[in-house]
Amino acid sequence: MKETVLMKGNEAIAEAAILAGCRHYFGYPITPQTEVAAYMAKKMPKIGGTFLQAESEIAAINMVYGAASTGKPAMTSSSSPGIALKCEGISYLAGADLPALIVNVQRGGPGLGGIQPSQADYFLVTRGPGHGDFHVLVFAPASVQEMADLTGRALHLAWKYRMPAMLLADGTMGQMMEPVQLPEPHNAFGTDNPWATTGTELKRPHNIINSLELSPEKLEQNNFSRYERYRQVEENETLWEEYLMDDARICIVACGITARISRNAIAEARKEGIKVGMIRPITLWPFPKAPLARAAEQVDSLLCVEMNMGQMKEDVVLAIRCQKPVDLCARVGGMIPTPDEVLAHIRTLAKGGNA
Amino acid sequence: MVVFEKPHALTDAVLHYCPGCTHGIVHRLVAESIDELGIEGKTIGIAPVGCSVLAYNYFNCDMIEAAHGRAPAVATGVKRALPDNIVFAYQGDGDLASIGLCETVSTACRGENVTIIFINNAIYGMTGGQMAPTSLLGQVTQTSPYGRDPKTQGYPIRICELLATLDAPAYLERVTVNSVKNVNRAKKAIKKAFQNQIDGKGFSLVEVLSACPTNWGMTPQKALQWIDEAMIPAYPLGVFRDKGAE
Repeated sequence: MKETVLMKGNEAIAEAAILAGCRHYFGYPITPQTEVAAYMAKKMPKIGGTFLQAESEIAAINMVYGAASTGKPAMTSSSSPGIALKCEGISYLAGADLPALIVNVQRGGPGLGGIQPSQADYFLVTRGPGHGDFHVLVFAPASVQEMADLTGRALHLAWKYRMPAMLLADGTMGQMMEPVQLPEPHNAFGTDNPWATTGTELKRPHNIINSLELSPEKLEQNNFSRYERYRQVEENETLWEEYLMDDARICIVACGITARISRNAIAEARKEGIKVGMIRPITLWPFPKAPLARAAEQVDSLLCVEMNMGQMKEDVVLAIRCQKPVDLCARVGGMIPTPDEVLAHIRTLAKGGNA
Repeated sequence: MVVFEKPHALTDAVLHYCPGCTHGIVHRLVAESIDELGIEGKTIGIAPVGCSVLAYNYFNCDMIEAAHGRAPAVATGVKRALPDNIVFAYQGDGDLASIGLCETVSTACRGENVTIIFINNAIYGMTGGQMAPTSLLGQVTQTSPYGRDPKTQGYPIRICELLATLDAPAYLERVTVNSVKNVNRAKKAIKKAFQNQIDGKGFSLVEVLSACPTNWGMTPQKALQWIDEAMIPAYPLGVFRDKGAE
């Protein structure tokens, strides 16, 4: 049996990335993700990998772009204000069809905001974090175990579909310690990357990594073919968890730490005889539209529990095509909803009111 | 007997540069150096944003197009992933000395073992002739229509002198390509900047004072003269660091 270890979420991400074969990390210090960089700084030099503290978030993501251009797995990590700075580079990665892993341990905003946990980057990361038409894969783990598991999956799918992937956690997830079973060392990537710039050895025409296309006809085709790939991702890679949904009349929608909190509230509500369940999106892009649409046929109402002003709620309303009322339990700025607050919303909805 | 031919490291693509622009000369010097050192098969070049944005079409080695100013960071990522390959960035003054100044200084400061070719023509060419960080005092551009005024627009930045304050760089030289003699000197400097990388000496940068007749509003001949008359007095040619010679 695999050994169970006690780890911080941020450290689990770092170790899982190494175990998946990632050997190039570029980052810049920012709270609350510093443990990822600290872990990499200790470990990478001992296993022949790269740890480089870049001069800025912008430089770090462009170093990732350079390393990814060679076909080698590369990653960076940051938190909300730093992710905003990386958006230019993420757009270039998407435009050049380069794979990369970006970890975002979210904190409260906007602006410098605070350093306490938040889910307020939902819009930023699910709509394509940067200029132009594109998406990144977005994974929202809800436990340290899932942080480890989804890190490997994010790296694997980034390479499979040649697109950036983001592991979206928050300050709570990054800092909390839980038992975790780490995977065996494996290679999450293809070793054959005919597109990579590794030197021609004078044996093939030169490879070009590029997002510039001055012909609008060709640029349109590039966008179309990228979106065809995105369609396949939506079809094959959408992840979600359904919890006590069989008889549910109220459906909570929550991801990450607020899904953990909602579970406690659901347990209490069930004791009171309220039939409440939960759909937990694990990928935020692609978003689990189909299971939500199915749930909307069954339930009387839905409740989004979020640490932002209702950003995911917009995706839920779209997914269920406004069939049922969708309520919101929101805390922001680094505040975390308590199970009692969620329970109060559930009770109000059970009585047929708006919370 | 063939006495002169196109370097193998250059593709057959027709250059898009304006008549009298010196990018073509510098591209050739880079390609000749790559040929003579026998490194084309393991070289990876980084193109900037600016007039030489399409440089990836002109060099036969593997090429990467970077975001504006970020070429040194991209070069760092490539070099760290493939330390045995040869990595060069080709950048203009807006790219290297303005938006990418932080990446330039930091990459030099780390002594990253890469080669940077820096084209200083004292103007933004591709966007139609705006003031560059290297525009001279009094220089008329689209965004300094009354001449660059130091009171509101500051002074020209001297990159070689700036980087020479750092401990790490191995080699910093400023050259120009406005005469046969100067082209030959520039060739030696560029080849040396690649040789240094092969020898593992560290960060090498060659600044090339270049002509932009279109945006300077001059004939090609007059533009070459203006390098002598106006640019060299502001940007003296010479070696600012050579660790190999010390």
